[in-house]
Amino acid sequence: MHDHAPAAGLDLVLALPFALALVAYAVGVMLQRQRGRRWPWFRSAAWTAGVVVAAAGFVGPLGTDAHAGFVLHMWAHLMVGMVAPLLLLAGAPVTLALRSLHVDTARRLSRMLSSWPARVLTAPVPAAVLNVGGLWVLYSTPLFEAMQQNMLLHLVVMSHFLIAGYLFTAAIIPVDPAPHRAGYLTRAVVLLLALTAHGILAKSIYARAPLGVDVIEARSGAMLMFYAGDIVDAIIIVTLCAQWYRHGGRMLRRASATKPVADAA
Amino acid sequence: MDATTTVIAERVDYAARADMSRRNLWSGILFGIGVVAFIDETVFHQILHWHHFYDLSTPDVGLVSDGFFHALSWFATIGGLFLLADLRRRRAFWQRRWWGGVLLGAGTFQLYDGTIHHKVLGIHEIRYVPDLLPYDLTWNLLALALVAAGIALTILTRRSSIPAR
Repeated sequence: MHDHAPAAGLDLVLALPFALALVAYAVGVMLQRQRGRRWPWFRSAAWTAGVVVAAAGFVGPLGTDAHAGFVLHMWAHLMVGMVAPLLLLAGAPVTLALRSLHVDTARRLSRMLSSWPARVLTAPVPAAVLNVGGLWVLYSTPLFEAMQQNMLLHLVVMSHFLIAGYLFTAAIIPVDPAPHRAGYLTRAVVLLLALTAHGILAKSIYARAPLGVDVIEARSGAMLMFYAGDIVDAIIIVTLCAQWYRHGGRMLRRASATKPVADAA
Repeated sequence: MDATTTVIAERVDYAARADMSRRNLWSGILFGIGVVAFIDETVFHQILHWHHFYDLSTPDVGLVSDGFFHALSWFATIGGLFLLADLRRRRAFWQRRWWGGVLLGAGTFQLYDGTIHHKVLGIHEIRYVPDLLPYDLTWNLLALALVAAGIALTILTRRSSIPAR
C-alpha cells in the first residue's frame, strides 16, 4: 500500500490544475464583462460546480479514500466521470475561450478543434468506446486492483474518467460549437447503446466482483453504479431530446416565415 | 358537440395529423414501453421486492437483453413525451391513435418481459414462490389483452379524416 503521509503536499499539486481552470474561466468572464458582452451566470455556476466536483475525486477525503473501498471508488467514478463532465459542458468553456482569446489564438484554437484528431475524438462512437470501453477494461482486468495500489495509475485512471466522460457528453449533447456534430438519430442510438453497456457492466460487476474486491462491496458498488448512473443518464436523455425539440421549433418557425413569401410569389 | 369539444377540434390541424399519423403511434408505443418498465421497476423491484436485481442463474444473453431494455425504457419514456410535445405544437396530436400506441407498446413489452425475459432467458421470476403458474398466467394474459386493445385502436384509427359536423 502507498502511504498517506505526504498527502498534504501532493494534494496541493493535484489541486493546481483545477484552480487554474477556475481562474482562467473567471478571467474570460471578466473580459466579457469589460467588453460589455453578457455571459450567463448559470454557465459560470455550472463550470465552478463542475471543477469542484471533478477536483473532489482527486483531492481531499474522497480522492484518498477512493483507494480504500469499492463503493467510494464508484462514487468517485460517478462524480468525476459523469456528473463533472455534464456540469463542465454546461459551462460552455470553448465558447468562452473563443470569445475571450486574442483573434489569432482563437483562430488557432478553432483550427485545432476542427482538425481530424479532434473530430475523431468528439464523434459519438469513438467517444463512447473510450468512455464505456475504458470502464469495461478497468473492471474486468487486473487494472482495478493495480490502480488501487499505485498512486500514479490511480491518477491516470481518474483523468481518463474525466476526459473520456467529457468527450462523450460533448459528443452526445454538444453545447459548444461543434462543426461536425452527428445527427440526432446517431447520437440517440449511440447514447442508448452506451447506457446499455453501462447497465450490463454494473450487473456483471454484481455477478462477478472485480479482482481484489470483496463480494458484498462489489454488489453495493454495482447497484450504486446502476441506479445513480440512471439519474445522470436521464439528464443526458432529456437534454438530447430538448435539443431536438428546439431544433424542430426553429425549423417550424423558418418554414412558417418563408411560406407567405412563397405563396405571394 | 359541446363547447369544449368544439374548441379542441378546432385546435387540430387535420392535414398535419394525417401527416403525423405514424409519429402519433410511435410516441404512444414508446411511452407505453416506458410506463410498463417504470411500473416494473417501482412496484415489483422496489416496493414489493418480488423481482430480484440480479438472479444468480441469469445467463449472459439475459444480462444483455435486460440492460438494453432498461436503457431503452428511459429513452422511450422521455423521447415519447418529447414526441408528444412536438405533435401538440404542430396541432397534430391524435389522442385515440396515441392511446392505441400506448396499449400496443405496453402490452408487447410486458409480453416480452413475461415470456422471453422471465421464461426463456431466465432473468428473474415474477415472484419467488413454489407455484408460479398463476403469476405467469395473470402477467401474460394481461399483456395479451393490452396488445389486443392496442391493435384494435390502431386499426380503428388507420385513416385520418376530418370529422363530419
